[in-house]
Amino acid sequence: MSAMETNLPHSESDVKAVVAGHAHAHEHDEDEHHHHETFISKYIFSQDHKMIAKQFLITAVFMGVIAMLMSVVFRLQLAWPGKSFPVLEAVLGKWAPGGVLDPNFYLALVTIHGTIMVFFVLTGGLSGTFSNLLIPLQLGARDMASGFLNMLSYWFFFASSCVMLFSVFIESGPASGGWTVYPPLSALEQAMPGSGLGMTLWLVSMSLFIVSSLLGSLNYIVTVLNLRTKGMSMTRMPLTIWAFLVTAILGVLSFPVLFAAALLLIFDRSFGTSFYLSDIYIGGQALEHNGGSPILYEHLFWFLGHPEVYIVLLPGLGITSEVIATNARKPIFGYRAMIASILGIAFLSFIVWGHHMFITGMNPFLGSVFVFTTLLIAIPSAVKAFNYITTLWKGNIQFTPAMLFAIGLVSFFITGGVTGLILGDSALDINLHDTYFVVAHFHLVMGSATIFGMFAGVYHWFPKLFGKLMNKKMGYVHFWLTFIGAYGVFFPMHFLGMAGVPRRYYSNTEFPIFDNLVDINVMVTWFAILAATAQIIFLLNFFYSIFKGQKSPQNPWKANTLEWTTPVEHIHGNWPGAIPEVHRWAYDYSKPGMADDFVPQTVPLTPEEEKEGAH
Amino acid sequence: MTFLILAVIVLFVIAGIRVMSIAALSAELRNRRQDDIVTDAENRNQGNFWALFVIGLFAFFAWQLYAYKDKLLPEAASAHGPEIDMLFNVTLVLITIVFIGTHIVLAYQAYKHAGYKGKKAVYFAHSNKLEMIWTVIPAVVLTGLIAYGLTVWNDVIYPGAKDATVIELYSKQFDWTARYAGKDNVLGRSDFRSIGEGNDLGMMEDGKGDDDIIVKGEFHIVKDKPVLFKFRSRDVIHSAYMPHFRAQMNCVPGMETTFEFTPTITTAEMRKKLGNDKFNYVLLCNKICGAAHYNMQMDIIVETQEDYNKWLSEQKTWAQVRQPKTQTAEISNTPNTEPASGVDM
Repeated sequence: MSAMETNLPHSESDVKAVVAGHAHAHEHDEDEHHHHETFISKYIFSQDHKMIAKQFLITAVFMGVIAMLMSVVFRLQLAWPGKSFPVLEAVLGKWAPGGVLDPNFYLALVTIHGTIMVFFVLTGGLSGTFSNLLIPLQLGARDMASGFLNMLSYWFFFASSCVMLFSVFIESGPASGGWTVYPPLSALEQAMPGSGLGMTLWLVSMSLFIVSSLLGSLNYIVTVLNLRTKGMSMTRMPLTIWAFLVTAILGVLSFPVLFAAALLLIFDRSFGTSFYLSDIYIGGQALEHNGGSPILYEHLFWFLGHPEVYIVLLPGLGITSEVIATNARKPIFGYRAMIASILGIAFLSFIVWGHHMFITGMNPFLGSVFVFTTLLIAIPSAVKAFNYITTLWKGNIQFTPAMLFAIGLVSFFITGGVTGLILGDSALDINLHDTYFVVAHFHLVMGSATIFGMFAGVYHWFPKLFGKLMNKKMGYVHFWLTFIGAYGVFFPMHFLGMAGVPRRYYSNTEFPIFDNLVDINVMVTWFAILAATAQIIFLLNFFYSIFKGQKSPQNPWKANTLEWTTPVEHIHGNWPGAIPEVHRWAYDYSKPGMADDFVPQTVPLTPEEEKEGAH
Repeated sequence: MTFLILAVIVLFVIAGIRVMSIAALSAELRNRRQDDIVTDAENRNQGNFWALFVIGLFAFFAWQLYAYKDKLLPEAASAHGPEIDMLFNVTLVLITIVFIGTHIVLAYQAYKHAGYKGKKAVYFAHSNKLEMIWTVIPAVVLTGLIAYGLTVWNDVIYPGAKDATVIELYSKQFDWTARYAGKDNVLGRSDFRSIGEGNDLGMMEDGKGDDDIIVKGEFHIVKDKPVLFKFRSRDVIHSAYMPHFRAQMNCVPGMETTFEFTPTITTAEMRKKLGNDKFNYVLLCNKICGAAHYNMQMDIIVETQEDYNKWLSEQKTWAQVRQPKTQTAEISNTPNTEPASGVDM
């Protein structure tokens, strides 16, 4: 590691030199109140990573609530198809005439629910919040490498969110072709109303989102590589930072491919090209487009789409590593194996995309190759799961709400992960592709697990975000109701899939073979309503605690990482004096021979430790 | 009505805020010490909850296995189906063991090692031996699973029967059409530019299509006789899903895809097995294709050769139903039903 350390900024002045573009960099040693920030520069166009983290979080919470309400609406239709809910007509107007959801709008809800959850909550919201908050704080940096790019990243995200939400309100409805928006369905307005202006707005929104993601990711990578404080070698970084770093690299490598896919789709839609279109007769006429292939789109989309799963999941796993170690009062088990498995997962995630395409007409031999790579990814995943469990072994477990959510993530990660061995097997995928089995699988392993990672992060770092503690009891209620609700929703869906029920069906009533499944759908919907109601508790707790929560002590969880050495009140530049120096890794919990059960990274090694050759 | 619901929500929120203020005040009154953010009692409770929850999760799982066992797909009605089902069951047993095993350990840790004041956790940072164990064991098991899975995949996807009956399944928003190759077992050429009134499939006049038989609503296949399906779509991507036969393939505009299987149980036999004399095998669309995606279907009738021959002889050939002079377009240079490459794009 020594070669790496020579590149590190070794003193505070070096750090300042790196952030020289920053207007306030030279005032850090002075009283922070000398800054004359206006309301706009402090709360709106802020370049401070902590404020940007809060902006991402609040936006993501807002988007998440909308996407969750959408899911409740379409769950009503699935449990009681054709039943009239007058409230739907009141809220949705012409999209629910007589209180019954319109089939086109059902598809629109499914599409926008997926898009918002995957991109706006679990990608933008999760990475945007915690990468921004924790990378500088846990590495000992005054701020991100570029505060300005960071600010742009948020505002592109904000603009993208606005366009996406706006698209819900237009005459022809938002994009409705499923969150993967496969052409020709998404390319041709004649195919469905949502493929008109709604789809154009979807593409505009996603383009803005990709810009936001790239700006953010580049910033994260540069910051992690260049702005670590003295002593913070790569192998002393907390696993959160490792996860954020690798996530950002995945994003930089894969999002441009999605942009290419989107760009070609825009060309096909608006400029008469035929990248994805061929031999089409629709709306009473044969189209001019010829020679393209929708399979090309699928390849491009999933080349992003699969790494995207890990872009979503890895930050959740990183947060879990930190939260579990801190609250088990034990070092994370197998630190280096955890890093290796993050890297292994990241590498493999780029060569498994074809498992989404086994039965699309892709060459079956190519399918075989993707089976091989896909099942391999279970190995690093298994290592992570076992290491989490071993970290709990003989711990002194403190069940904070964050800890509950982190353990909940491990549970979902296993339950949802193991069914990947079924879906990743091409022969089994023949009969399960695009059924509810898939819906169950990814909602557990990617949806529920990651959202639990995000909740764990919110509860754990709320004191760092807002200087307050969240109400613990409400946190407990929130956790258990959500946990029960999520399992109640997604576990039975495996059985729907095994009964052959396709996803994205407005109703199962047209097929007598599905008549006996109605009661499963009713139960699932009730669990969904339970889980949604539980989020009201969270929202109350969240917003109440921001304003009136109990003031947090400086290091409420007695954690080792650097962010807890900063003052509770946010200051520009994070540390009032010199940047702390790091002398050890982040996981010296309950170390024998130490007075406390935690040893912050800033504590120098004792002579005995030096002798043993500690981290 | 809406107003009432809004009022209830608003009141709920207000009530929640009041409850929280009271909780906050009482916490301050008790002058809670800040160095034990979670109390020993809470740790104990949460540890117990974890144990209870995982027991409950297992019970829920077991109940579903029991309650839903008759709701799942019946036994496979195709020659390759049992092979897929066996692979599924083997994998399912394997992952159930992992699911249950890891959750028992997880819940036990949470239950057993719930924290309390003065407890000292064990400093245990890594063990090469343990990590080796849970790298190598999954690797070995997965190698077996991959080998098994690929064997099945190769059997299913390259069946290679020489005498398969050729049937085209043609998809559009929102219905299916089946076309039989007729006596010569060769499908006539077709092209999307030939589609028009009375010619939904874009049949071209090349002579080979004259004996083709086009049917809607239901199509028939023969027990124990291999069928080679050729799939086409004329507008968006559809997916031909025949769950009872463990068969599925996407229908992609601009290319032809194929799937071959041999049905093994007639509709009549399956009705008897299920005790349901209304049962029918179905072909569903399983790729989102628009508003009526949820109702794009065709019945599949599996029957004996005699019944099939009888049914087929009652159907009209293309030569019999086509209206004269519907064919206007020239035969294209890029025919789209003929390429011999099959699924091999």
